[in-house]
Amino acid sequence: MFDLTGKTALITGASGGIGGDIARALHAAGATVALSGTREAPLQELAAELGERAHVLTCNLSDATAVEALPKQAAEVMGSVDILVNNAGITKDNLFMRMKDEEWQSVLDVNLTSTMRLCRGVLRGMMKARWGRIINISSIVGATGNPGQGNYAASKAGMVGMSKSLAYEVANRGITVNAVAPGFIATAMTDKLNDTQKDAILTQIPAGRMGDSKEIAAAVLYLASTEAAYVTGTTLHVNGGMAMI
Amino acid sequence: MSDVADRVKKIVVEHLGVEEDKVTESASFIDDLGADSLDTVELVMAFEEEFGIEIPDDAAETIQTFGDAVKFISEAS
Repeated sequence: MFDLTGKTALITGASGGIGGDIARALHAAGATVALSGTREAPLQELAAELGERAHVLTCNLSDATAVEALPKQAAEVMGSVDILVNNAGITKDNLFMRMKDEEWQSVLDVNLTSTMRLCRGVLRGMMKARWGRIINISSIVGATGNPGQGNYAASKAGMVGMSKSLAYEVANRGITVNAVAPGFIATAMTDKLNDTQKDAILTQIPAGRMGDSKEIAAAVLYLASTEAAYVTGTTLHVNGGMAMI
Repeated sequence: MSDVADRVKKIVVEHLGVEEDKVTESASFIDDLGADSLDTVELVMAFEEEFGIEIPDDAAETIQTFGDAVKFISEAS
């Protein structure tokens, strides 16, 4: 339905379940993709699966210098970065009273600060091109909160406020900045939950099931498309009705 | 008018869509030529490319008028 032929996309966290499916969806729509992540092997595997128009750029998002370099490397291998998907994220859950500064800081650094740096790094090219799409993968917990995830929820809510501010600044340059907030999505992370935990979660989801990472990828594909040019500063919640906001 | 001034003026005229005679020595990009703050960032980007120089952020902030731009670029290039 959406055609991204000739467009280039940088996707962080592409070695993960959601990131991998985002890369597949954008690639299937015709985009050239740069797959970023910390672990090279799964990225190479995905690149091999995609075939042509796929590049691997490993990057540790807690390393500021490496993050600054990433948009430049992506522009070198692809010629430009038209679409940026900030999908990478980490969790370091702990009760608020026990939360260590290091747990707070590392989650904020990777989830929020690296997102800011990558956005900043791709803006020059997008402004010149008068076309750009930035899609930040937030989370339902950024809007609702979640016990044990004070750091993660703060970082994901921060991404929303940052996206809106940036969206204001660059809207008249043909650049849109949006967030996608997944609810509970079946991934390697949620596979670790036991049946009792899963059942408890499902009672909270009107759709009665966990989401599929392809359903997040479809939301990203829409926001990346030319057709979504008039959608900016918004958060697209994809959560099976778990939070209707 | 110097070559630098001509080239800077061409960029300003093209980018801001203003009449050439409005681009005077003391014309402020924002107050006189209708630029918004993002336009000034883009002008600096365009100057950097045209003249093959780097204009650091703190220097860019001092470039408020056409004359400022010509002076800075003449000294830098």
